Amino acid sequence: MSVLVDDDTRVVVQGITGGEGSFHAEQMIEYGTNVVAGAVPGKGGQKVHGVPVYDTVHAAVREEDADASVVFVPPAFAADAVFEALDAPLDLVVAITEGVPTGDMAKVYKRLGEVDTRLIGPNCPGIITPGEAKLGILPGNIFADGNVGLVSRSGTLTYQVVDNLTSRGIGQTTAIGIGGDPIIGTDFVDALELFEADEETEAVVMCGEIGGEDEEEAAAYIAEHMDTPVAGFIAGRTAPPGKRMGHAGAIVSGSGTGTAESKIQALNDAGVPVGDTPEEVADSIEDFL
Amino acid sequence: MKLHEYQAKQIFADAGIPVPDSRLATSVAEVEAAVEEIGFPAAIKAQVHVGGRGKAGGIKIASDAEEASQYADEILGMDLKGYTVDRVLVEAGVDFVNELYVGITMDRGEGKPVAMVSTEGGVDIESVAEETPEAIAREHIDPAFGLHPFQARKVVYEAGIPREVAGDVASILTTLYDLYESRDASEIEINPVMITSDDDVVAADAVMNIDDDALFRQPDLAELEEETFSDDLEKKANEYGFDYVRLSGNVGIIGNGAGLVMTTLDLVDYYGGEPANFLDIGGGAKAERVTHALDMVFSDPNVDAVVFNIFGGITRGDEVAKGINEALEGFDEIPKKVVVRLAGTNAKEGMEILNTDLVEVEETLEAAVQRAVQNAQEVDA
Repeated sequence: MSVLVDDDTRVVVQGITGGEGSFHAEQMIEYGTNVVAGAVPGKGGQKVHGVPVYDTVHAAVREEDADASVVFVPPAFAADAVFEALDAPLDLVVAITEGVPTGDMAKVYKRLGEVDTRLIGPNCPGIITPGEAKLGILPGNIFADGNVGLVSRSGTLTYQVVDNLTSRGIGQTTAIGIGGDPIIGTDFVDALELFEADEETEAVVMCGEIGGEDEEEAAAYIAEHMDTPVAGFIAGRTAPPGKRMGHAGAIVSGSGTGTAESKIQALNDAGVPVGDTPEEVADSIEDFL
Repeated sequence: MKLHEYQAKQIFADAGIPVPDSRLATSVAEVEAAVEEIGFPAAIKAQVHVGGRGKAGGIKIASDAEEASQYADEILGMDLKGYTVDRVLVEAGVDFVNELYVGITMDRGEGKPVAMVSTEGGVDIESVAEETPEAIAREHIDPAFGLHPFQARKVVYEAGIPREVAGDVASILTTLYDLYESRDASEIEINPVMITSDDDVVAADAVMNIDDDALFRQPDLAELEEETFSDDLEKKANEYGFDYVRLSGNVGIIGNGAGLVMTTLDLVDYYGGEPANFLDIGGGAKAERVTHALDMVFSDPNVDAVVFNIFGGITRGDEVAKGINEALEGFDEIPKKVVVRLAGTNAKEGMEILNTDLVEVEETLEAAVQRAVQNAQEVDA
């Protein structure tokens, strides 16, 4: 079983003729993802890796019955590409693009509240259901099919924790990289809801980091609504206030909110063990299973 | 990107927000000439990207020419929280009876901009927000519609702004939102808006920060960028395009991806070491970038040992290994011990070409960090 994507998901790659789009479309196809179309304005009629390209997402939906997209469109055009996907409409949009202006995302976020489409990202590695489909840039070979759900704000940290799990023989139902930007489509609570409802998912790993209050909200949700056990990890314990640690969202504000301590405390209070190292997170998951 | 007060004030003035008469000065002589035109009292304000300039001695009010010269001499060249003051704004003093706060920022939880108005102006607004949040009236703004005039009036009246100036303050707020939206600001703030005894309103300070990700469509603002760094290494990192933060420890840290690099820092701390820096080489780094990263960390005199932690997704292990080899082959003797951990995409290929005469290798994150911490402690001992 899986969350959001499986081998039936019909994927259109927005920006498939670009360097990143082309490379990762090929990787996705090799992984077994059902990539049915590309969408690039002005490039309709071409084929990339055997996949037909359309000028619009609407045409890709009409001709190929696409129901999900992965966005590899440069930051200046990324929000418009997402709006197009919402309008087509698609069920799921995964925006990989890094550096989308926050003001653009605020408008996208507003529109998301009015439609049924789910957005993952932007600035994220994407989503993978091991052995079935990956939408994004995650390295498929480190994942294994299993019963642990994973949600993370950071791409490389996702890989690290998955590696800790897979190397012990613990596989994953689905892993979702939600992205490190201040405004994102799917947040922790959304992802946790999906895992809680999924019968195959027996435990969940949640990797958070400094900045914002998403982890605190997730902790409240876990305490109130979740039976599936969750193990956590929070990156940025050593981050000084006021300094942005790479991600646009990873900054401890001057007034002391968004610190690793407050997030760890909130999660512990919700009964979530938070590992000091990724190995300890894997230990907790092993105990749960 | 932060704008200086004088830059933001020019933008505010162009948009019709009243600001005091002012001149920019870079020498005592220029300050003396400026006060002659502006008159007294005159504020002399350091133009540096730090908060709390007033408390730190970076803002002084001169009541005559002698004081102006003296303050100019004191402030120009002074060190303000690590930044050297090389210019001041000389500004006509405002005879005020009241100070207000107005600002707009992104409420990331709501995914919407929020307008904030308070009668508690002229002070540290963050402490007000923490201690008496009810003293700040807030209004969320629908990014698709913008700030309606009725919303501006609503938040201004809710804040308890005196009736005589409420209309002017609401008008400043709508102008600020227009700028926030059209100039891709991440934060825009006037603290304080001064109210004079004649019920005039004047923007006595100006904060405007621009979303770095939107600078591509704000070329005129991008040109105003004057990054000042308290630190030569941060400056160098900016030139190379690295995400870099200097810290106070002695274990240099290089990795790919913000979350993983933060985790590496945390583990250094966990295993008893102290991180010297955060350095993210970013996604898909080529060999040259890796070489620059190592150069940077080596040139930090506080660094006693280095840990290089890569989990390749887009980034390829063989490119990283090539970069490490190139960076180290130039040395007769490697200045600091480097522990390398390579995993993910092309890690095997990377391990095959990595020159293990020059670096130590560990397979796991935990082992690599522990070894680097130990190396640093040995140098330290």
